[in-house]
Amino acid sequence: MNLNRIMAILERDMRKFFRSPALMVSSMVFPMMQLIVLGYAFGGKIKGVKIGVVDKDHSHESREIRQRFDAITAGPETFRATDYNSLSDAVTDLRTGFVRAVVYIPPDYSRRVAHADRPRIAFIEDNTDNFVTSEVLSRMQQLVQDLNQNIADTNQSFLIPPQFTRLNTQIDLQVVEVYPYIEYIKYLLAGSVAMSIFIVAMIGGGIVFIDDKSRGLHEGYLVTPIKKSELILGLISAGALKGLMAGTTITIIGGLIAGIARIWDPVRLIYLMAVLICASVTMISFMFLVMVRVSDPLVPRAIFGVLNTLLFFPSGAIYPIEGFPVWLRWISYIDPFRYTVHALKNLLLKETGFAGIYSDLLILIGFSAALIGACIALFKRQI
Amino acid sequence: MNQVNSNAIEVEALRKQFGEFVAVKDISFTVQEGEIFGLLGPNGAGKTTLIRMLTTLTPPTSGAARVAGHDIVKDPDGVRLSIGVIPQALTSDPELTARENLLIHAKLYGVPAATRNALIVRLLDSVGLLEFADKLVGSFSGGMRRRLEIARGLVHSPKILFLDEPTTGLDPVSRTSVWEMITKLKEAASLTILLTTHYMDEADKLCDRVAIVDHGQLVALDSPTHLKDNIPGTDTVEAEFENAPPDWHAALAQLSEAVSVTERDGVTHISSRSGPLTVGGLMNLARARGVTVRRVTVQSTTLDDVFLFYTGRQLRDEAASGHRYDVSHLYK
Repeated sequence: MNLNRIMAILERDMRKFFRSPALMVSSMVFPMMQLIVLGYAFGGKIKGVKIGVVDKDHSHESREIRQRFDAITAGPETFRATDYNSLSDAVTDLRTGFVRAVVYIPPDYSRRVAHADRPRIAFIEDNTDNFVTSEVLSRMQQLVQDLNQNIADTNQSFLIPPQFTRLNTQIDLQVVEVYPYIEYIKYLLAGSVAMSIFIVAMIGGGIVFIDDKSRGLHEGYLVTPIKKSELILGLISAGALKGLMAGTTITIIGGLIAGIARIWDPVRLIYLMAVLICASVTMISFMFLVMVRVSDPLVPRAIFGVLNTLLFFPSGAIYPIEGFPVWLRWISYIDPFRYTVHALKNLLLKETGFAGIYSDLLILIGFSAALIGACIALFKRQI
Repeated sequence: MNQVNSNAIEVEALRKQFGEFVAVKDISFTVQEGEIFGLLGPNGAGKTTLIRMLTTLTPPTSGAARVAGHDIVKDPDGVRLSIGVIPQALTSDPELTARENLLIHAKLYGVPAATRNALIVRLLDSVGLLEFADKLVGSFSGGMRRRLEIARGLVHSPKILFLDEPTTGLDPVSRTSVWEMITKLKEAASLTILLTTHYMDEADKLCDRVAIVDHGQLVALDSPTHLKDNIPGTDTVEAEFENAPPDWHAALAQLSEAVSVTERDGVTHISSRSGPLTVGGLMNLARARGVTVRRVTVQSTTLDDVFLFYTGRQLRDEAASGHRYDVSHLYK
């Protein structure tokens, strides 16, 4: 064994490494980014969950509940309460994903409290996200427990025997789950579908695009009368079609494996297609924009992991956005994954229909238009 | 608007600068319709930059050029529709078949669907690739790919064909095949062809006129025959000696019909109006002065001698010296 030859190979590789900023950045930035993003994206305290409150009692007792909600909003910030006049409106918003839970205070709540007649509060929850559900329910149970403690203290001051009061005066929190139990595999499915589109975008829009460019294949097209907008739109259309094929395959196969009910429902399939098309166009456009001025074939390979971490984990695919710190929530706002995952979860887990996805579709369409415009503006038609 | 123009290409003081580096220095020339025009020069001379400007791939820094009557800056689409381009790199898609490559380009040029398939078959046949029409281009040899790209460049029946070093990297058989094809094309389709090359024999064999380009400048332009006739001497005598006295070169310059004497790498080059007469005199002189002649050859003047005459260097020196020109500016 010759040490000089080993050292020669070592020297060669180190020289190449130090001359490749993409590799250096990737090898150092990627683990750091994973540490920060994953570290904050998992297990954070759930905050800012939107819940609807339907107070049909309008009494001193019901207002006390409302005040306790406000105290939670101001304190631990677990949820933010929005008032609804009718239960049906609140449940509609619950089913379309605008609120995560509805607290219903019935018209006879105060009367039952006064008469020690088993007062009840209904807690109707969107149980598609177990992380959010358990946190909000736990906070709600704590709230009811505090109310009951108040009632017990009051009864004690009136010297009412506890064996008489305990059963009838205690407020009962009746929990209603809107959906059947959601296993984690179902929860994760939307993220996997989005990931499949991202991988197609990364390979087609990133690696293959730059490889073709570096092999000189683009020069063969640039000498034709093709306009840069035509070239970009052609490349994006091809990427989007491939993304749609991957996304559809994973949705169907993943849906069957995860046991998604009524996966073949034609109306839902149409909505799913709409989401997958918009998501594919957005992600491939995003990738082209990142790569539009890149010519080094190492770059897309080097930043694959960085982009994956930066886009996938803040999307809410594997942990709810309500558990993120503020800065990570801001990243998620400009992350096309977020809207893809949200729309797919609404369709696959809640069967919301169009009402649950139209805002996501609009945002994805807006993203696509902006990204395509930027791609066309930045693409260099000349060498 | 169609223009009656006997010049297929007109170049006026065309310049390309990359920062401080001037790749093409105010070059002017015209190419007449129907001729094969060669840009001859070593790697890094500016040939590819010049061809990229003329094919609208690179914007010029200054100057003007019209290709098929279209201004390269003001009407790039007019230029692109009139020309076929075979770039230096092999740009056919290796993951597509030969037929698919031509089909995509026919669509890009708007060739009508009704004539597309027949045209592709005819083009593939003309470049001898019809039997490989449905094979993936990735399995082709370099020569086959180059022929396919020539066919691709003709898919929209252009008036002018640009070939950037069409035989670089090809084996001798493939080179000959490409040469034959270029000659055939010129005769059959009345095409104007502009090609760049650093092969003297290629320029000599194919081109009606040759422009010698060096360091971004055009140093000579004429037909190969005139270029050779215009330098002093028609033959070159190359010889190697032993025991040559100090005044040996001066003595050689006095030989019959000798025009000039130079030496490179131990080889003496005598430019002569008559090689055989000079060699006869040289042998007598060597015997008389006790100089041993180790080797002597006579060859007719080539474009290499023309290049040497105008630039002071031989094209083959560029390769032999191992010098590499930095062409990274071309990709910025």
